[in-house]
Amino acid sequence: MALVEIRDLRVRFHSTGKEAVRGVDMTIEPGQRLGLVGESGSGKTVTAMALSGLLQRGSAALSGQVLFQGRDVLTCPREELRAIQGPGIGVVFQEPMTSLNPLIRVGCQVEEVLRLHTDLTADQRRERALEAMVQVGLPEPEVTYEKYPHQLSGGQRQRAVIASAMVIHPKLLICDEPTTALDVTVQIQILRLLKSISVRYGVAILLISHDLSVVRRLCESVAVMYRGRIVERGNTEDVFASPQDDYTRRLIAAIPTRKRHE
Amino acid sequence: MKLRHNKNFTAGAVITAFMLAVILVGMVWTPYDPNAMNGAAKMAGPSLSHPLGTDNFGRDIFSRVVEGAGATALIAGATVAIGLAAGLVIGGLTGYYGGWLDEIVMRLNDAVAAFPSILLALVLIALFGQGKYNIIIALGVLFVPSFARIVRTEVARQKSLDYVRSARLMGAGDMRVLFRHILPNIVPVLLPSVAIGFNNAVLAEASMSYLGVGVQPPDASLGRMLNEAQGYLLSAPWYALSTGAAIILLVLGFGLLSEGMGGGYGAG
Ligand SMILES: Nc1ncnc2c1ncn2[C@@H]1O[C@H](COP(=O)(O)OP(=O)(O)OP(=O)(O)O)[C@@H](O)[C@H]1O
Ligand SMILES: [Mg+2]
Repeated sequence: MALVEIRDLRVRFHSTGKEAVRGVDMTIEPGQRLGLVGESGSGKTVTAMALSGLLQRGSAALSGQVLFQGRDVLTCPREELRAIQGPGIGVVFQEPMTSLNPLIRVGCQVEEVLRLHTDLTADQRRERALEAMVQVGLPEPEVTYEKYPHQLSGGQRQRAVIASAMVIHPKLLICDEPTTALDVTVQIQILRLLKSISVRYGVAILLISHDLSVVRRLCESVAVMYRGRIVERGNTEDVFASPQDDYTRRLIAAIPTRKRHE
Repeated sequence: MKLRHNKNFTAGAVITAFMLAVILVGMVWTPYDPNAMNGAAKMAGPSLSHPLGTDNFGRDIFSRVVEGAGATALIAGATVAIGLAAGLVIGGLTGYYGGWLDEIVMRLNDAVAAFPSILLALVLIALFGQGKYNIIIALGVLFVPSFARIVRTEVARQKSLDYVRSARLMGAGDMRVLFRHILPNIVPVLLPSVAIGFNNAVLAEASMSYLGVGVQPPDASLGRMLNEAQGYLLSAPWYALSTGAAIILLVLGFGLLSEGMGGGYGAG
């Protein structure tokens, strides 16, 4: 069974009356790394939010099906959703500055999901958190555990966010522009880290980006989104080599040549 | 919020600390019993034994100002506490859930806020009667809308930040998200408003008691004393002056503190 199966998802926001997602179909297999690319405003984040159950029913009209492990996220009762998705989906957002609560110690935030979804004792949680922090390459985990977010660099913060998302070993990691706010060297390190986590734990990754070259580093398959629809999908290298859609061609042309041949 | 090298904040802190120290000491000890009359020393001018002189009953004015300042600060503090507590709950829930509840509550809020608070307080006092506790309740209720609005705006802003979204995604319940994550993070925005609210409460209490509709004898308060002192403006100007100075220092201290914390929206 596919991990995620989205069928004809449509999202219309009440506030604007605009349909931001206009019939998206998408499948993510367990352990698959899928890139979702498209220009700003094409509906990538909205699609991911619908998948993660973050779209508030009150603010938008949703239709279609969003199956996560066979359960329809759009219709399933809230409590049930929380029990499947909390431990099943982790999210890494674009802005590491706002992804962590500024008033809570880093270690405590890495543990949070364990506190909510497992019966582990405080010591066991701490152990797991430190382990996760080592895996994401945070220096001196014992020390970092006690720090507050503002005491970390942007790259370290993003690592902490990744640690907090993966500490429970979710089935799917949604990364919404996880590296856009970081400088290039850190960007590459983070992408490598995500790949190693995915391979090691069999975590599927949905990587959202407007940058095809970022997707290419991490994902074996890609879906191209344009104005609320998916216009092209396939194996990343195939799409790169012979884009079928006009918009995809333009996206590829927009990548600086140096990067294109990396 | 940048507090270092901030003259306003430092000055405000010094003045407020001084006033609080005087008030706290005054709660356990004053040079004289504020209400003890002394027939032998009526309307005495400032002297070593009575630094601010005595009133027409021979009561020590310094002791009375200290006690009045304490009473006024307590009333203002209680007023702000009521406004803040209710504002946190109302603003927190409406800001977090939004939707029609938000619309209705905020329109109600606007309706209340459209009237000058003193005027509404007078109406409430006319309905419920005078006295210390009624003042606190009347002013407290009037402070709710402004606090609710500030809290609502800030909660709505924080709600869309990624750390809140990821807490929700991890499956934290609404109350956990609201109380553990969001509310602590709006404190920096609230503090200046609390300070301004306190000031407005001090001034509101002073004006109402001065007009004779607030705190009633034998309870003391700065407004009450200003009312008394007005009868002796010529014979004992130090009475009105020292009472006025106490009000000014209280308000100035908190005003500077709030200024130093980066302004804030007015409450009350
Ligand atoms: N809460 C909302 N209310 C109304 N409209 C919204 C809301 N969130 C997003 N939209 C609209 O939906 C459309 C898709 O937005 P979305 O955030 O999914 O774009 P995106 O592909 O993630 O773009 P970016 O690369 O800039 O992040 C946009 O037109 C946006 O204005
Ligand atoms: Mg986006």
